[in-house]
Amino acid sequence: MRTPKRKSPAERSVIVYQLALLVAFFVFWWAAVTTGLLPKFFFGDPIGVLHQLIRWFTTGSIWRHLGNTLAETFLGFALGTISGLIVGLWLALSPLTARILAPFINAANSMPRLIFAPIFALWFGLGIWSKVALGVTLVFFVVFFNVFQGVREVSPVVLANVRLMGANRRQLMAWVYLPSATSWVFSSLHNAVGLAFVGAVVGEYLGSARGVGYLILQAEGVFDINSVIAGILLLTVFALLLDMLVSRIERRLLRWQAPTQAKTVSA
Amino acid sequence: MTTALSSVSLPPPSETRPADSIRFEQVTCRFAGSRGGAGYTAISDVDLHIAASEFVAVVGPTGCGKSTLLNVASGLLEPTSGHVSIFGQKLTGLNLQAAYLFQADALMPWCTAIDNIAAGLLFKRMPRAEAQAKARDWLGRVGLSGHADRYPHQMSGGMRKRVALAQALVLDPPILLMDEPFSALDIQTRQLMEDELLRLWQADRKSVIFVTHDLEEAISLADRVVVLAAGPGTRPVAEFIVDLPRPREVSEIRMTQRFLELHSAIWQVLKKEVLKSHAHAQA
Repeated sequence: MRTPKRKSPAERSVIVYQLALLVAFFVFWWAAVTTGLLPKFFFGDPIGVLHQLIRWFTTGSIWRHLGNTLAETFLGFALGTISGLIVGLWLALSPLTARILAPFINAANSMPRLIFAPIFALWFGLGIWSKVALGVTLVFFVVFFNVFQGVREVSPVVLANVRLMGANRRQLMAWVYLPSATSWVFSSLHNAVGLAFVGAVVGEYLGSARGVGYLILQAEGVFDINSVIAGILLLTVFALLLDMLVSRIERRLLRWQAPTQAKTVSA
Repeated sequence: MTTALSSVSLPPPSETRPADSIRFEQVTCRFAGSRGGAGYTAISDVDLHIAASEFVAVVGPTGCGKSTLLNVASGLLEPTSGHVSIFGQKLTGLNLQAAYLFQADALMPWCTAIDNIAAGLLFKRMPRAEAQAKARDWLGRVGLSGHADRYPHQMSGGMRKRVALAQALVLDPPILLMDEPFSALDIQTRQLMEDELLRLWQADRKSVIFVTHDLEEAISLADRVVVLAAGPGTRPVAEFIVDLPRPREVSEIRMTQRFLELHSAIWQVLKKEVLKSHAHAQA
């Protein structure tokens, strides 16, 4: 279902309130640090942050870092999603293998996987691939568990019906399992986008020569709190943009769903 | 109409008639109980023969194992003992000569009406354009020409049933298995669908097993009504030939004298089973 182009009055007032809240936050922050309620040294100030952002974009120095971080995020997101989808489908359709692997998967999932960052740096070097690997390990499990659940939640009646219509295994996959898993995948992708960013930025933070995480680390080293906050804001905006992109694709692909349905399992 | 009430008889002797489209031979289905429990026998030693082009309605108390019968006939469920023959061939695996109309919604929710109908044809490697054309034709025949691009959630229960009917009939299977397909519909829609079904069936008489708990529906549609015993371990206890003239109009035929006679005769038998089933449930 496509959302109508013209927003209803209620919806418009929601947006107005949201903008007001955002502005109020920045004004409060600004007021607090200028009046000395909060120390500027530790909390920065919004004007300084804005200046830093403008400086980054006017000199163009940010593009190299931003491009790097976005590339890592995107690769981690894409590879993690695809591998999660494939492994999820595979295990959901071969219950014996799933049962054998279950404890290992649970162990891998409950591990604090960020701790792998230094190991990945050793294995894949300080370039983008160690960050991509970290992103993949984070994204994979979210997508995997949702696909696994999605395939097993396929309505047995629909499945029996399609089998009786003469579908073979490959056709069942294309007509039943994959579409049914899609809705679960998409609800997990919203989490996955954030996690891919976490993988990229934490990876950069722990060891790299470029990227927004690296930038933040450098700024922190010299107590340039405005740059740190500017970096964080930049990441937030891009994470939101990526999330909006996912929502857009989701709306196109899940047109068949009644608007109320929404579901996810947490990984 | 001089015939007396049709005789109450047990299933016919199992002489081999090649014209039979479905034959249940000594079919028993037992489900294992949980944790080594006693288990549950859904149907036991069922012998039932359905002739080609025959419309058979199966009635019985709720939960007596009517659906199990259809699941066995479709090959979705393998009997514990005995077997099913389809046109003289012993059934192994899925019965691809049969279309199954489920009680619950069985349409693919991610496909539009037309895609749902065309799916079975595409599985058989029919070219897409041809499959779409045939699906569109069937959509018209079930009275939904204008709704090709609707998704199941955008349709009413009655419309979904029509699509499901078209989905089954487009494949032109010689056998149609129907499991209380109209039980979820309101009474008016239900009568419309029954008439629709009779009209479509009249055009090329497929063998039909129509499971229902509604005796009126059974009599108004079928050539023969089979009454199942109360579960567990149900089996046919009686059957009645419905000699009402065709073509029928379900709302009108229910007013005729002959219909009422048949109804009271079958109800005599069915009532006993319903009471037994009720007593069993209370125990």
